[in-house]
Amino acid sequence: MASLKELKGRITSVKSTQKITKAKQMVAAAKLRKAQARAEAARPYAERLTSVMASLASKVGGDNAPKLLAGTGSDQRHMLVVVNTDKGLCGGLNANIVRAASQKARQLIADGKDVELYLVGRKGRAPLKRNFPERIGNQFDTSQVREPGFEEAEQIASEVIGMFEDGKFDVAHLVYPVFKSALAQDPTVQQIVPVPAPETAPSDDAGAVVEYEPGEEEILEELLPRYVKTQVFGALLEIAASEQGASMTAMDNATRNAGDLIQKLTIQYNRSRQAAITTELVEIIAGAEAL
Amino acid sequence: MALHFELVTPAKLVRSEEVHMVVVPGSEGEFGVLEGHSPFMSTIRDGALQVFKTAGAAPETIMIQGGFAEVGDAGLTVLAEHVEG
Repeated sequence: MASLKELKGRITSVKSTQKITKAKQMVAAAKLRKAQARAEAARPYAERLTSVMASLASKVGGDNAPKLLAGTGSDQRHMLVVVNTDKGLCGGLNANIVRAASQKARQLIADGKDVELYLVGRKGRAPLKRNFPERIGNQFDTSQVREPGFEEAEQIASEVIGMFEDGKFDVAHLVYPVFKSALAQDPTVQQIVPVPAPETAPSDDAGAVVEYEPGEEEILEELLPRYVKTQVFGALLEIAASEQGASMTAMDNATRNAGDLIQKLTIQYNRSRQAAITTELVEIIAGAEAL
Repeated sequence: MALHFELVTPAKLVRSEEVHMVVVPGSEGEFGVLEGHSPFMSTIRDGALQVFKTAGAAPETIMIQGGFAEVGDAGLTVLAEHVEG
C-alpha cells in the first residue's frame, strides 16, 4: 500500500492535470463557436460557385471542356490531399483521418494505381509516413498560421493545380473530416481534380439566354481553379471546426476521468489515514494497559 | 427600381442589399447593371466596384480582386476572392 505522502502527491498531480484539461475544454468550446461561424459564413460563396459551375459545365461539355474538368483521360496516378490538424489533444480525430486516407490509398494500390500523398497539417505525417514510406509527396505547413484561411487554401490549391498541369497526377482526392457535431466528425474522401461534373441543376431561367463575356469556355477555365480553391478552403474550415469539437469532447472526458480518479485516490487516502490513526491508538492503549 | 446586389467572398457574405446601380469592372470593360438587366456573366479584373445606392448619388467604391459577376433573375451577384474597403 502506498504511503500517505505518495497518495497525497498523486492527488495533487491528478488535480493539476484536471485543471489543464478543463481549461483546454473551455478554450476549445469558445474556439468552436468561432470556427463554426466561419464555416457558416463561407457557405454562400461555395453554394453560388457550385450553382454557376453546374450551369456552365452543362453548357460547355464534350471535347472542348478544359482539362481540369475533363481530366487527362487516364486514372492511373492518384494523389490524396490529406488534411490533418497541427495540434493534438483532440481525441481520435487525426487517427480517424489517417485511417480513412490509408484505407483509400490501400484500395487504390490494390487496384494497381499509383498513389502519392500530399499532407496538410502536422499531425498526420508520422503515421502516414510509417504506412506509406515511399509515397509521401509534398507537405504543406499550416502550423505557423493561427487560423488557416483562404490564403493558405489558395496556396495549397495552386500547388495542386500546378502539379496537375505538369502532368504529375491524373486524379486528386481530398481527405478531410466533415464536422457534424462536437461528438461526430466523419472523415470524407472527395474528388477535387478533375472537378467532378456537378449534377445539372434544373435551370430556372430556361427561356432566357445568358450572355457570356468573354466566352463560356474562358469563364469556365477561370472558374475551375477557383472551385478547387473553394473546396480546399472548405476543408480547412471543416478541419478547424472538427479539431475544436473533437478537442472539446476529448477534454470533457479527460476532465471527468480525472475527477473519478481523484475521488478514488481520496477515498484510499482517507482509509489509510484512518488505519494509521487506529494503529497508533491501539499502540497507546496497549502501552497504557501494560503499565 | 431596385437591383438586388450581393457581394460574396470565400470568407463571408459582404453585401446583400437593394441598390440602384452597380458598375462592375469586367475583364472586357466596365459595365453597369440596373434592375432588369438581361442574364449575363462575366469574369472581372482587379479594380473598383462602384455601388450607386440611388440614382445620382455619389458612388461607393469597393476594391475587388479576382472573381466573376453573374446577373440573373435574382439580381447581381459578384463573387470576389478579395475585397477591400
